[in-house]
Amino acid sequence: MDPVLFVLTVFLILGSLVALEMKDLLSAVIAIGVVGLGLSIVFLLLGAPDIAITQVVVEVIVVTVLILATKGSRVEESGGRRNFLVLGVGAIALILATALTIHAFSELPAFGSDRTVASAFYLRYGPDLTGAANVVTAILLDFRAYDTLGEATVILAAIVGVLAVLRRPARRETPARPTVGGDPDAPTPTEPTGVPAPEAEERAEVLHG
Amino acid sequence: MADPQGGMSTIVQVVTRWVLLLTLVFGLGVAFFGHLTPGGGFAGGVVLACGAVMATLAFGARTGPVAKVRKAASSLDAVGALAFLAIGLLGYTAAHFLQRWLELGEAFTLGSTRFVVLLNLAVMLKVGAGLFAGFAAIVAFARATSDADEKSDGKEQA
Repeated sequence: MDPVLFVLTVFLILGSLVALEMKDLLSAVIAIGVVGLGLSIVFLLLGAPDIAITQVVVEVIVVTVLILATKGSRVEESGGRRNFLVLGVGAIALILATALTIHAFSELPAFGSDRTVASAFYLRYGPDLTGAANVVTAILLDFRAYDTLGEATVILAAIVGVLAVLRRPARRETPARPTVGGDPDAPTPTEPTGVPAPEAEERAEVLHG
Repeated sequence: MADPQGGMSTIVQVVTRWVLLLTLVFGLGVAFFGHLTPGGGFAGGVVLACGAVMATLAFGARTGPVAKVRKAASSLDAVGALAFLAIGLLGYTAAHFLQRWLELGEAFTLGSTRFVVLLNLAVMLKVGAGLFAGFAAIVAFARATSDADEKSDGKEQA
């Protein structure tokens, strides 16, 4: 294993642990961002610049959204004392999963080998048959355009879902000021009508100009 | 972090104007030349969405161009998806669904495979507009709920 890759992997694991254990949400988000950027360097070292570009930019957007979303939200202290039984079961599960993963990975073909017929065919004839010098794009958009169609459909469905959940609430006859007090956690994403009317109107304005 | 509705200071806005141009050109380049160099429609679209996010943060969501782009984003998302489908259906003129129906050009040029370039542009439109629409919706929602939280907190303390 490349020593740089090894150091980076250890760094990524440490960053993930920091993100998990941070009490401050903003620090946790920054740790997640560091992990994402490290991951993009790993992709670059493994010879996948296509993925590295995407990973960097997606990470930037995700971290921005997370910072905006966690800004001003309170941190709930969770847990407290840890149950030793839970810890023990967790440790055993971790050891088992690690052993199984190592076993599974040892069965994989060596990194970079083109052992399957299809991959050898793509590498040999890809540029000639599709005209795309970048073999990744040749596979994504010509040989296996169906996969990309499915991927586009998944993204479309996800975005439509987000827009539908966070949509402007339907105009209906509601009292001018619904109850605000009581449960402070009432406005949850799954309950759009829990937001008081003025905020809902403002949100509608934000969303629809 | 400034309020996403209000925009940031003049320094940030001036720098953003320059960087935004470079970002958009880079995104278009990554998408257009995705069949020759690393990148492609997905990466290019994400870069464009990143530029739009940057503009939103710097100039605020209410100023002219940003607001227009934001309004158009969900439509552009659908347009990109339908364009991909249309290119796929045009494949029936050659043989079958998603079959390449445009001639190959000279190797290692932009026109070496116009079919893949078209698909890349459709994916770019879809991914860029979709990501930005999702970003705008999430930010607007987070802001609305955090405002509501603050108000209800104030009431409890009073």
